[in-house]
Amino acid sequence: MPESLIFDIKRYAINDGPGIRVVIFFKGCNLHCAWCHNPESISSKIEKMYAPAKCIKCGTCVEACPENAITLTSEGIITDPDLCKMCGKCADVCPTKAIEMSGKVMQVTEIMDIIEKERIFFDQSGGGVTFSGGEPLVHTKMLIRLLDECGKRGIHRAVDTAGNVSTEIILDVAKRTDLFLYDIKMMDSDLHRKWINSGNEKILHNLTVLAEAGKHIIIRIPLIGGVNDTDENIELTAKFISELAGEKKQVHLLPYHAIAENKYRKLGKSDDFEKLKEPDKETLERAIAKFGEYGILASVGG
Amino acid sequence: MFEKIKPHTITPERPATAEGNFYKPQQAKIGPGMNERIQKLRKLSFEAEPTLSIERALHETAFYKANYGKFSIPVLRALNFLDHCQKKTIYIGEGELIVGERGPKPKCVPTFPELTCHSVEDFHVLNTRDMQRYTISQQDIDIYEKEVIPYWEGKTQRERIFSHVPDEWKAAYEAGLFTEFMEQRAPGHTALDGKIYQKGMIDFKKEIAANLASLDYINDPGATDKSEQWKAMDISCDAVILFAERHAELAESLALTESDPKRVAELTKIAEVCRWVPAKAPRNLWEAIQMYWFVHLGTITELNGWDAMNPGHFDQHLAPFYTKEIAEGTLSRDEAKELISCFWIKVNNHPAPPKVGITARESGTYNDFTNINIGGLKGDGTDGTSEVSYIMLDVIEELHVLQPGNSVHISAKTPDKFLHAAAHVIRQGHGYPSVFNPDIYILELLRQGKSLQDAREGGCSGCIEVGAFGKEAYLLTGYLNVPKILEITLNNGINPVSGKMVGIQTGDPRNFKSYDELYDAFLKQLQFVVDQKMRVSNYIDRMFAKYAPAPFLSVVIEDCISKGKDYYDGGPRYNTSYIQCCGLGTITDSLAALKKHVFQDKSFSMDRVLNAVLKNFEGEELLRQTIINRTPFFGNDDDYADAIAVKVYDDLVDTIDGKPNIKPGGKYHLNMLSTTCHVYFGKVMGATPNGRLAGKSISDGTSPSHGADTHGPSAVVKSLTKIDHVKSGGTLLNQRFLPSLMRKEEDIRKLGHLIRSYFTLGGHHIQFNIVDTATLLAAQACPEDYKDLLVRMAGYSDYFNDMNADLQQEVIERTENDAF
Repeated sequence: MPESLIFDIKRYAINDGPGIRVVIFFKGCNLHCAWCHNPESISSKIEKMYAPAKCIKCGTCVEACPENAITLTSEGIITDPDLCKMCGKCADVCPTKAIEMSGKVMQVTEIMDIIEKERIFFDQSGGGVTFSGGEPLVHTKMLIRLLDECGKRGIHRAVDTAGNVSTEIILDVAKRTDLFLYDIKMMDSDLHRKWINSGNEKILHNLTVLAEAGKHIIIRIPLIGGVNDTDENIELTAKFISELAGEKKQVHLLPYHAIAENKYRKLGKSDDFEKLKEPDKETLERAIAKFGEYGILASVGG
Repeated sequence: MFEKIKPHTITPERPATAEGNFYKPQQAKIGPGMNERIQKLRKLSFEAEPTLSIERALHETAFYKANYGKFSIPVLRALNFLDHCQKKTIYIGEGELIVGERGPKPKCVPTFPELTCHSVEDFHVLNTRDMQRYTISQQDIDIYEKEVIPYWEGKTQRERIFSHVPDEWKAAYEAGLFTEFMEQRAPGHTALDGKIYQKGMIDFKKEIAANLASLDYINDPGATDKSEQWKAMDISCDAVILFAERHAELAESLALTESDPKRVAELTKIAEVCRWVPAKAPRNLWEAIQMYWFVHLGTITELNGWDAMNPGHFDQHLAPFYTKEIAEGTLSRDEAKELISCFWIKVNNHPAPPKVGITARESGTYNDFTNINIGGLKGDGTDGTSEVSYIMLDVIEELHVLQPGNSVHISAKTPDKFLHAAAHVIRQGHGYPSVFNPDIYILELLRQGKSLQDAREGGCSGCIEVGAFGKEAYLLTGYLNVPKILEITLNNGINPVSGKMVGIQTGDPRNFKSYDELYDAFLKQLQFVVDQKMRVSNYIDRMFAKYAPAPFLSVVIEDCISKGKDYYDGGPRYNTSYIQCCGLGTITDSLAALKKHVFQDKSFSMDRVLNAVLKNFEGEELLRQTIINRTPFFGNDDDYADAIAVKVYDDLVDTIDGKPNIKPGGKYHLNMLSTTCHVYFGKVMGATPNGRLAGKSISDGTSPSHGADTHGPSAVVKSLTKIDHVKSGGTLLNQRFLPSLMRKEEDIRKLGHLIRSYFTLGGHHIQFNIVDTATLLAAQACPEDYKDLLVRMAGYSDYFNDMNADLQQEVIERTENDAF
C-alpha cells in the first residue's frame, strides 16, 4: 500500500484550477526556491513547527518528551535538534497547538475519503482535486494511484508541478491528469540555478513535451521583485510560452508576498528575505501587457 | 504551491468616501443609477432621526375613555382604528410618489399603550441611550404622563400577562432560559399573498356583507361572535379607505399651491391613485405598490405586530403589472425602478416601535424585519423570477438602506443568471440579500400540513422563518436558550449565575457514569423548560384573541373572513406557534467536550471541568486550551461533533414539534433563529464546557460557534446539512466571507456554486458578510466614516455603528474564511 507524507489538505480552494477544489499538498520537493511560501513543503521528512505566540508555557511538552530535548524558557520552548527524534509526542500533548508536526503519513483510502467529502462541491462547480506540494511528481507511485482512483470515480484531476522530473514520469502522470498547473520561474538557466539550486532545462523540455501531447496546461509564474521581474525575463518567458504547441496557454502571475517569513520562523529556519521584494503594480501591469503582445492572456492570481 | 500568496490587487473594501457606496451626508450626489428624486428621498430617510409620536396614544386614550364598554372588543378595536385614521396627521413629502406614514412624519414612531405603556423613565432611557435612540420632547413626555399613563395603568396587555404567570415561569424567564415575544408587541409575523392585487377593500366589504347576511342567529351558537368580528372587519376596511382618501385630499390641496407643473402632475396622479386604492384592486404598477403600502400601514397602525408586515413575493406580485405596462408602452424600466425605490425608502422610514422596561436599554436594532422575498417559485411550481426581480436587485444595490430586509430564493429551477446577479449584490458587503432554498422550505411547509399550492406560495418572513404567505398566523413566541438548559443540567437544576433553582433536580453530574446519563438529564430539563414556555405562550395567545384582536389584519389573511374569526383567534387557514431555538453550536461543542474529555478519554474529571466552568476557567487555562484545540467541534464536517448536533436538533424537534397550541388544528413548531438574542443569552450565562467564557455570546442560529469552524465553508456546509432542515421552520447559517474570497468574477460564480451545493444537500438559508476585520476595526475606531457600513446579523442586516460594543465584537470574531 503506497503512502506519502501530506502536509496540508485544503477545502474550498478556489484558486487552484476550475471550480471549487480540494488541494492535496505533498511534502517534499526537489527544488528549493528562495521565496517558497510553504517552506514546510520542501523537506520530505516530518518537521516540527512551533508558534511562540500560541504557547502558554505550561511545560506539558517538556514532560512528554522522551528524549528530554525540550527546555522551557521565559520566551517559550527551545528544542535541541540533536536530541529531537521528531516523534511528535510534544505536539500530541500541546494544549494550544503551538507545536504542530508538519507532515502526516497518509494512505490512498484516507485521502480519497477526504476528497469524497467534497464531491457535492465538485458536482456543482465543475471542480475537483488538485495535487500540489512540495512536488507531487516526486511522489510518483502514490500520485499515480490517487490519479487513477479519482479517474475511476469521475473526479477532475489537476496536478500543480514545477516539472523537474524525468520526461518518462511526467508523461506517465499526464495520461491520468486533466489539467496541469505548471510553474515556470525564469528562462535563464544559470539564474535558475542560483535561486533554485537547479537548472531549468528539464522543466522547459517537459513543458514542451506536455504541450505537444495536447494536455491542458495553465502556466503559473511566481513573480518576485529583484529576481525574475525583469523585462528581459518576462519577454523571454512570453516568447517561450507563445511557441508552445496546442491550445493557447493561460498565464497566472503569482506576485511574491512576504507572508512566508512567519512560517520560516516557526520552522526555526531563517532566510534572507532582504533580497526578495513584492513586485509593484506597474511591474505587474507591464508583465501582463508583455504577455498580451505575444497573444497570451495573463492575469494576477489563479 | 503558491496558494497562500496574497493577491496583489485585492479589490479594496470600499472606502468610506467612495461614491455610491458609503454614504456621506455632505455628498449630495450618490450612487450610480439613482435619479435625483431617489437620492433626495434616500438622504432624507437616512438622515431623519427616529422620534416618538404620542399622537396615536392620545387618540386612543381619548377614544377608550369615551367608548370602552359600549362595544364588543373587536368592534371597539376597529372603531379605535377608524378614529385614528380620521384624525391622524397626514404626510406627503416633497418629491414622494408612494405616500403614507405610520406616524406624522418619516421615522416618527407611534406608541401602543394598550399593549405596553411606556413610563416616563422609559422615555428618558429612549431619549438618551447610546444606541437606537428615539427622541421625544419633554413637553410630549409631560402630556403622556398626564393624559396617557394614568388611564392605562393596570390595563395593558403586558400587565394582564405578567400578573398571571406562574412562579416557575418567572424564575425560568428571569434566568434567561427563554424570552417571550408577546410581552412587548402584538403577535404578528405576517406576510401577504397576492389577493390584494386582485381585490380591493370594497370587494372584501362585499364578502363580509354576504357573510353577515347569511348568519343564522337562531341555530348558530357562534353567530354573535362572528357578527361582531365581521362588523369590525368591515369598519377597518372603511378606516383604510378613509386613510387613503385623506392622502388624496392633501395631494390635491398641495397641487393647488405647487408652482412646478411637473410636481402638480405628480400630485394629481397621487390623488388619483389614492382614490382608487385600496378601495379597488390596482390597475397598474404604481397602484399596486401603493395598494400594498396602505395595507402595510393599516396593519402596523392597528397594532404593532412583530416583524411589521411583509409583502411576501413582491416581485411576483408586481410582475404582471410591469409586463402589461411595458407591453402597452405606458411604463419604462426606469420608471418602475423609481417607484420600487420610493417603496424601499418608505419601508426604511419605519423603524421598529421601541420596547419598554429593561429591554428598552438592551434592544439591538431599528430594524422592523420586513423581508422582501425575491425570485423563488410560483404557486404552480414554475420559476418566479422576472425582470422585476432584477430591478429589485438593482434597487437593493443602489440604495443600500437598512430596511426592507431582502432575500433571494434560489430553487433548482432558478436560473444561474439570477443567482449570479444576487451574488454580485452580496459581494458589495451590505449583508444582504440573504439566500433561501424554496425546494426545502416548501417541504417544511408541506410537512407542517400546508397544501402544495399554499406551500409554494409561502416563503420566509422576518428573519428566516417559513410560513404560508397570506394564509397563516405563524407567531414567534420566543427564543429558547438551549445551552443554558445544559448549564442548569450541569448544576442539578440550579442557575449557577443566581444560585436559584430554575429547573428540576436531575442529579449531580459528578455521579453520572456515562455520557448518556448526562444527556438524559439534559432532555428532562429541556422538557421542563419547554413546558413552562408553552403554558404561558398559550395563555398570552388567548389574551390577544380576547382583548387585542386585529380586525384589519384579519381582512387580508385567508379564511378569517369566511370563518368570521380573528387573526389571533384561529381565523387564518393555518396557525403555528414557533419556538426559536438558539445556540446549537455552543451546546454541541459543550457536549462534545464533556463526551470526549470526561467520559471517553477521561483526561479531566467532571468535577474538575465543572469547577473550571464555575470559575470562568480562571487558573485552568491549560484545560480550556485543551478543550478548545483538542475537541471535535461542530462545523468541521466531523461526525463526532456533527452527530451530537443532529441528536440535539432531533430532540428539540421531538420536544416541541407537533404539540398543539390553543387554536383549532394549530401546532407548535421550532425554528433555529437567534436574531440578536444569542448575545443576550450569552450574557445571562456563565462559562460553558466548550471553553466559551462567561458572558460571551452563544452561537447564532445553526451556525458553528465563533472560531470553531476551521475547515472552511464547504466543511461548514457539510456539517450543517447533516441535520434535517425539513423538520424545522427555518435554520440560519451565517457565513463570514472576506473580500479576498470574492475577488474575481469566477470567485463570485464559485460562491453561487457553494450556495447551490448547500441547497442541494438540503440547507434552508445562508447569508454572507463580506467584510474584512480591518474594515470593521476601522469602523469601530472612526464610526463617522463608516456611517452606513451594513453587516449581516443573525437573520437581518444592521448598521455596524448602531450596534452596541458586544454585537460589534461578535461580528469581528466570526470566523474569517480567509486564512484556512
